[in-house]
Amino acid sequence: MVRRCELTAGSAKAFNAPMAGIVSYGSYIPYRRLKRAAIAAVLGVPATRGERSVASFDEDSVSMAVEALRDALKATPTPDVRSLVFATTTPPYAEKLNAALVGAGALLPAEIRASDSTGSIRAGLSAMLQAADAVAATGGQAAVAIADSRLGAPEGKAEQANGDGAAAFLLGNEKVIAEIVASTSLTREYLDSWRAPGERFAHSWEERFALTQAYNPLFKKIVHDVLEKAKVAPGDLAKIVLDAPNQRAADEILRELKIDPAKVADSLAVTVGQAGAAHAALMLTAVLPAAKPGDYILVATVGDGADAMVLKVTPAAAAFRPVHSVGRMVESKGDVTYGNYLKWREILPTEPPRRPDPERPAAPPMMRSEKWKFGLIGSRCTACGTAQLPPQRVCVKCRAFDKMEAYPFADRTGRIATYAIDRLAYSLNPPTVNVVVDYEGGGRFMCEMTDCEPDKVAIGDEVEMTFRRLFTADGVHNYFWKARPKR
Amino acid sequence: MASKGIKDRVAIIGMGCTKFGERWDKGADDLLCDAAYEAYASAGVQPDDVDAYWLGTMGSGVSGLTLSEPLKIDYKPVTRVENMCATGSESLRQACYAVASGAYDIAMAIGVEKLKDSGFSGLVMTNPPNDGTPASMTPPALFSLLAPAYFKKYGLDAEKGKEVISRIAWKNHRNGAKNTKAQFQKEVSMEAIRNSPKIADPLGIMDCSGVSDGAAAAIVVRAEDAHKYCKHPIYIKALSFVAGPAAGPLSPEYDFTSFPEVVASARDAYAQAGITNPREQISMAEVHDCFTPTELVLMEDLGFSPRGHAWQDVMEGFFDLDGHLPVNPDGGLKSFGHPIGASGLRMMYEMWLQMRGEAGPRQLDHPKVGLTHNLGGQPGRCVSFVSVVGSQVG
Repeated sequence: MVRRCELTAGSAKAFNAPMAGIVSYGSYIPYRRLKRAAIAAVLGVPATRGERSVASFDEDSVSMAVEALRDALKATPTPDVRSLVFATTTPPYAEKLNAALVGAGALLPAEIRASDSTGSIRAGLSAMLQAADAVAATGGQAAVAIADSRLGAPEGKAEQANGDGAAAFLLGNEKVIAEIVASTSLTREYLDSWRAPGERFAHSWEERFALTQAYNPLFKKIVHDVLEKAKVAPGDLAKIVLDAPNQRAADEILRELKIDPAKVADSLAVTVGQAGAAHAALMLTAVLPAAKPGDYILVATVGDGADAMVLKVTPAAAAFRPVHSVGRMVESKGDVTYGNYLKWREILPTEPPRRPDPERPAAPPMMRSEKWKFGLIGSRCTACGTAQLPPQRVCVKCRAFDKMEAYPFADRTGRIATYAIDRLAYSLNPPTVNVVVDYEGGGRFMCEMTDCEPDKVAIGDEVEMTFRRLFTADGVHNYFWKARPKR
Repeated sequence: MASKGIKDRVAIIGMGCTKFGERWDKGADDLLCDAAYEAYASAGVQPDDVDAYWLGTMGSGVSGLTLSEPLKIDYKPVTRVENMCATGSESLRQACYAVASGAYDIAMAIGVEKLKDSGFSGLVMTNPPNDGTPASMTPPALFSLLAPAYFKKYGLDAEKGKEVISRIAWKNHRNGAKNTKAQFQKEVSMEAIRNSPKIADPLGIMDCSGVSDGAAAAIVVRAEDAHKYCKHPIYIKALSFVAGPAAGPLSPEYDFTSFPEVVASARDAYAQAGITNPREQISMAEVHDCFTPTELVLMEDLGFSPRGHAWQDVMEGFFDLDGHLPVNPDGGLKSFGHPIGASGLRMMYEMWLQMRGEAGPRQLDHPKVGLTHNLGGQPGRCVSFVSVVGSQVG
């Protein structure tokens, strides 16, 4: 749907479908933070301010997208998803539908259209706009899950500036909390940032070229066009979400629009970093909780062109509560050392353990147990009511045979019955903490605990479940669930 | 429907046991030959006199050929059995029932494990292809789950708890120091045990049994034939083996301070043997001290200590070599080492030596009734074996 435009004012092409909007949203910021000063201390490079979020050793764009999408589904009482787009610049699989994994983790039905959207940090907002067009045309809801786990080569600016995170939206025509009143897109071919298949770190052209020849003119045009199309004056905007590749590009457009700095959304640069394709979406989910009915919000991002939309917050927004707000996720954190970060990203090779490599999970058992493995669906005995996981055929309590019904555990909290700190097991973040979790409402499960400080784990602590990548073997990413301290 | 037992119907007439440890000099074939020929000599029989064999090994070979090939067994039944860490005991149980049934006159149970050729630290198990969801905890981590649960339930603070489990390791090393076939023949100080590098908190490396190579064998006949071969046979009073429903990881009712499978197999074995007060009636026990908290909990599950009091018995020396009920007089898994398939038979080997007065510097004063306990799996999800043996019929 994107089309080539000359960078001249006033030539906005209308996409004249009826306007859909955001029905629900979720966001996810991983627990770990890398202080930029910690990088500087090791490498002897200048440090920028603050810290960046870091996907843990057991997270990637798929697992973070599942976290955000599950929150989005949980936050609305009436999910009716017909399609799913997963947007990222860091897909775990180059061949194999990553969106299928995200859909499985979020327990979306099989009857959906799904695709991966990648190649640019603009992929997130582009996916949202395409999904909005789709629901306007076909009805129901479209899910968009956007996540990125952004790398930067050691000593480079990107290593410090980037961050990891995810956001997800359900878009629809009904029960909309923020209506998309206008959107525009621009697509241009120019070379500012690129990465060939197999390369880990992106290259970039010198900054002055991108700033003066791409970002500034693109931002100016897209913001002008979208406001014109929305018939909204800059002064009428309540909030501006400007996902700019750097602060100078942002400053220039804000100056031009004469925007009150108080209306500019936090770039999250100091607390999270630039979360790739997910960044504009993450910034948007950060401002939505405080938005009031009638507010106009401008969202714009650049990358091989630009996308922008103007949202109008509806009265329904007043009753909407995100499951985990960005603010809460920003506060819920623990440090990672730069050494561990380098190991987690396999930038620093380490000595292999004197233990066998994990075996890849097998395709037939994974297919048989899809709901269990990806959705953490256990069982409950209809004869005696005992919840149990993994799903059983003979009841552990009353021995009734084949009297089970499906029973979900992913959204249940539990308490630690006992635990083990395993220093022998190989892990990128030793020691491995294993817990026995007793769930509210019944059921017990033994699993790994993540995002925790091993010496603080105690019997009785409250935990919740989180979707993770346990390991990768023979190129197969093994996703399953772990416990984490309640965030 | 409980097991009926074969009390006093089967006797052990000869045993063999290799030195356990890092046997860089011996393969599984060599270890099997050494244990088998020591057992033949001990019983005073020729290889061809043995009618049938039960070979226990978890991972050092498959099928009866693992034994018949190195021993050049001439066309006789050899059954390979596996029941995790209780494999050796399982092979003995099968051989005993075979002669008791009358199907064979002389049978051998033999177990072997060659662990040190893997190139890995600790025990390595292979799993069938799976969906990638089973927890992959190491054995020390699985058994360490007992420690915080037991300590909390019975009000032991971390320091006291650590002292209790350290004393179990200290006792077993002290016993093993008197055993020339043990992997570690050295006393170790409480301080060294307490300060050993952490493996799975609160377990240090000195709370773990030795990863070991070794083999052990027993030759069994019907009790009425025993004196044809042997002046001082030992008699099987009870053999109990149970596999549990693995309810521990599923059911919040399980509190990680007991092995229900052990309780069930002990109850069954005591019924078979006519034991009503194990704390007083058992003269000595060899138990599955794979990790120190395991032995602590076993003392209660086997009925040696009242619930919640094993730690006091441990601290008071009740289970020491000179205590009221010596446990693991040969050093146990901790000090003798734990070659999986051999361990159950190694426990029986200590019964054999002690009851015949052949245990040397660790000889107990005329033990009459002994118990071996062997388990495989993890807390809440295991198989358990309990035997009772005696020096006399009746």
